[in-house]
Amino acid sequence: MIWTPIDTWICVIASLCAAACVLPGCILVLRRMSLMGDAISHTVLPGIAIAFLVTGSREPTAMLIGAVIIGLLTAFLVQAIETLGKIETGAAIGIVFTVLFAAGLVLMRQAVDHVDIDPDCVLYGAVEFAYFDQITIGSWAVPRAAVVNGVALIANAIIILIFYKEFKITSFDSALAMTQGIRPSTMHYLLMTMTAATAVAAFETVGSILVIAMLIVPASAAYLLTDKYGAMFLIAIAIAIVGSIGGHISAVTIPPVFGFSGTSTAGAMAVVVGFLFFLTWIFSPKHGVWSAAMRRKRVQQDIIREDILGLLWRLEERSRENSDISFENALCIPKRSVKRAIRHLQKLGNICLEYPLWRLTEQGRKEAALIVRSHRLWETYLDKHFPQDVYQLHQSAERLEHVTSTQMQSRLGDAEKDPHGSKVPPSPDN
Amino acid sequence: MNAGHSISDVSFVFPTAEQIWRVLVLEEYNTRVVILGVMALGIAAGIVGTFLLLRKRALTADALSHATLPGITVAFMVMVGLGMQGKSMFGLMVGAFIFGCVGVLLILGIRRTTILKDDAAIGIVLSVLFGLGLCLLRLATEMPTGNAAGLNGFIFGKASSMVAGDTKAISIVAICIGVIVLTLRKEFTALCFDEKFGAAQGWPILRLDIVLMSLVAIVTVIALQSVGLVLAVAMLIVPAASARYWCTKIGSLLLVSALIGCLGGWLGGVVSALVPRMPTGPVIVLVCGGWFVFSFIFGPVNGIVVRLWKVWRLNRRVAMQHILRAMFEVSSEDTLCNFESIANTRSWPQTQVKRLLSRLERHRFATRKGNCWSLTALGMAEAKRVVRNHRLWETYLINFADIAPNHVDRDADMIEHVLGTSMVEKLEALLGNDPITTSPHPLGERG
Repeated sequence: MIWTPIDTWICVIASLCAAACVLPGCILVLRRMSLMGDAISHTVLPGIAIAFLVTGSREPTAMLIGAVIIGLLTAFLVQAIETLGKIETGAAIGIVFTVLFAAGLVLMRQAVDHVDIDPDCVLYGAVEFAYFDQITIGSWAVPRAAVVNGVALIANAIIILIFYKEFKITSFDSALAMTQGIRPSTMHYLLMTMTAATAVAAFETVGSILVIAMLIVPASAAYLLTDKYGAMFLIAIAIAIVGSIGGHISAVTIPPVFGFSGTSTAGAMAVVVGFLFFLTWIFSPKHGVWSAAMRRKRVQQDIIREDILGLLWRLEERSRENSDISFENALCIPKRSVKRAIRHLQKLGNICLEYPLWRLTEQGRKEAALIVRSHRLWETYLDKHFPQDVYQLHQSAERLEHVTSTQMQSRLGDAEKDPHGSKVPPSPDN
Repeated sequence: MNAGHSISDVSFVFPTAEQIWRVLVLEEYNTRVVILGVMALGIAAGIVGTFLLLRKRALTADALSHATLPGITVAFMVMVGLGMQGKSMFGLMVGAFIFGCVGVLLILGIRRTTILKDDAAIGIVLSVLFGLGLCLLRLATEMPTGNAAGLNGFIFGKASSMVAGDTKAISIVAICIGVIVLTLRKEFTALCFDEKFGAAQGWPILRLDIVLMSLVAIVTVIALQSVGLVLAVAMLIVPAASARYWCTKIGSLLLVSALIGCLGGWLGGVVSALVPRMPTGPVIVLVCGGWFVFSFIFGPVNGIVVRLWKVWRLNRRVAMQHILRAMFEVSSEDTLCNFESIANTRSWPQTQVKRLLSRLERHRFATRKGNCWSLTALGMAEAKRVVRNHRLWETYLINFADIAPNHVDRDADMIEHVLGTSMVEKLEALLGNDPITTSPHPLGERG
C-alpha cells in the first residue's frame, strides 16, 4: 500500500480523539463508573437527533449543547433511578441508556430523509472520510475533525490539570473529599459533562463504539501497569495513540493479505487497543497473569531447593547415605523440578556431587541448618502454645520454615530439642 | 416518506379506525408474524430478565449482546466458505450464541485475574468485541459470494425481515425457556438471593449460573432479529425492573415481568405497523421504557408517589405529636397556653403552628378560647402518652446509655414516635412502672 497524507491525517485525528477520550476515561475507570461512559456515548445519539430536529441544521454548537444536555440528563436519571427507585447501578444504567438510545433511533428515523447522518454512522463513524471535510485556519487547510478533537483534548487536559487534586481525592475517597470541602457530586457532574462533550466531539469522526473503547480500554490497561495516578494518564494516552495508529495500519495492511480491500478503521482501532489490553493483562509486571504465575513458580522453586537442603541435612544428621533415596519420592515433587533445583543448588555452591552421592558443601550446610532450625523451633513453639498431636506439628512447621527470617527465629525463643526429640541446630550467631 | 418535505414535517396520515382494528387483532399476515414473534420474545425476555436483574448482571448481558456481532459474521463467513447458504438463520444464531458465551467468559476471566472491577471488564469486552465485529462485517460484505448485505440488520434489528419460521422458532424457544425456568425456579431463586444457602443445600451453583447465563444468551440471540443487538438488553431488564414496582414475590415478579414484556412487544409492534418510519425494535423498547417510567412513579411497591405519600403521612403524624407534647409541657408549667408560648417551644414556622393547631381543633384534641388553647380529654390522653414515651426514653438514655440529661431531648424527640407498645412495656420493666410525671431535665434547657 502507499502511505498518503490522508493516512497521516486519519492517524492524527484518531490519536487526538483517543487522547481526548482517555482523560475522562481514566477517572471513570478509577471511580468504577466506566459504564457511565458507555451509557453517555450511546445517549449522544438522541441529543444530536433532538438538536437536529429543533434547529433543523447540523450546526455543531447546537449538537454539542444537545448532546451535553442529554449526557447530563443520563447521569442524573441513572442516579435518580438508583437512589429513588432502589435499583442497582448497572440496571439503572441499562434502562436509561437503552430507552434514550431507542428514542434517538426513532427520532432519527423520523428525520431520515433530511439527515445525512444515520445510526450506522453513529456506531462506526467515518474517520476514513474525515480528511475531506476541511476548514482553513490562517493559511492552513486542516480537517475539521482534527480541530474539533484537538479542542476537546486541550479542554479536557485543562480541566483535569485545574481539578487534578479534586478528581484524585474524589476518585479514591469521596468521604475525605467531603471533609476537605470538595463536593463529590459537583466533580461527578463535571466528569459527566466532559465525557458527553468528548463523546459528541468524537462521535462524528470515529463513532460511539470507538469512543467507548478509548474511554475504557487504555485506562484499564494503564491501571494494570501503574499504581500512580499521574502516570496512569500518561501511559493510557500512550496506549491509546499506539492503538489508533496501529489500528489504522492494520486496517489497511492486514485485510489485503487475505484478498480483501480493507476494513473498518474504527473497528480495527478498537481491536488493536483491545489487543494491547490483552498484552498488559498477561504480561504486566505487577498485575499480569503471566508475571503472577512466574512469581508463584519462583516461590515454588525456592521452597523445593530449601526442602532438598533440609533433606540432605537430616540425612547427614542420621549419618545415612542418600544413595538409596530419591528426592522426588521423599519430597513428593516431580522429577523435573528436582533436577532443576539440584542444578541451581550446584551452581550456588550449596551442594556438590561426590559420585554417586550429593553432599552439602560447607556453605550449603550452614543454610540447611538455618532451615532445619526454623522448622524445629516452630515445632517447639507450636507445641508449647497450641498443643496438638505431635505428628501434626510437622505439617505446619513444614510450611512456616520457608518464610522465617533470622529475626523471627530469635523471637521464637531457643530450645535444645524439638518435640520429636531431635536436636535443634544452634543459631549461627553463637 | 416523500422527499421534499420540510425538515420539521413529521406529520403522517392518521390510520383509519379499520386499519387500526385490523392491526390490533392481527388480521394482516405480515404484522401478525412480527407481532406474535415479538410478543413471544417479550415473554421469554421478561422471565429470564427477572433473574438476570436479581443476579445483578444487567450489563453483563449488554456486553453479551454486543459480543454476538463477531459471532454472526464469523458464522456467516464460515458458512460461505463451506459453500453453504450464508444466511441460514440457525447457523448465524449458533455463531452469535457461541461468541456471546465467549464474551461472558472473558468478563469473568478479567474480573477473576486482574484488579479491574466488573464495570471495566464489561466495557472492555463490549467495545473490543463489537469493534472486531465491525471489522469482520466490512470484510464479509466484500466476500464475492453469500451477499452479506442484510447482516448489519442485526445491529439495530429489522423486524420486517421476520418470516413465519422465525416466529415459530422464537415461540418454541420461549416455551422451552418458560419450562426450564419454572422447573428450576427454586434453585434460581436461591442463586439470586443467597448463593451460599444454595451451595449448602448441595445444589450445583456454578452449573446453575451457567444455565442462567446460557438462557440469557439464548434470549439475546432470538432478540437480535427484531430488536437488534444494541437494544436487546433492554428487553431483558426494562420489563423486569418495571415489575419490581408492582410486586415482591418471585412468582408474581416473573408473571408481571413476562406480561409487561409481552404487552410491550404487542403495543410496539402495533405502533410501528401503523405509523410510518417507526422501527419496531426501538418502539418496543420505548413502550417498555414508558411503562417503566409509569411503574417508577405510580407503582405500589416503592413507587415515587407511594413513598412520598408515606413520608408525608409520617411527617404529619410526627408534627401532631410534637404539638401535643408542646401544649402539654406549656400547660404543665402554669404559663398561659397561648399561641406564642406554644410556638416558642421549638423552632418551627408560625404558619405551621397555626395549621397544626387548627388540625388539633378539627380532631377535637384541643379547644380555643380567644388566644388561649387547652387540650380536651381526648387530646390530653394522647399528649400524655407521647410525653410519657418521650420521658421514658430520656430516662432510659440517662440511666443506661450514660448520656447527659441536657443532651437526651433531641434523641428522644426522634424515638418517641416509633415506640411501640411492646417496647414501652420493656422500658417500663426496666425503669419501673411509675407514671413519669416530671421531665428528667429542666424543660427550658433544650440540647
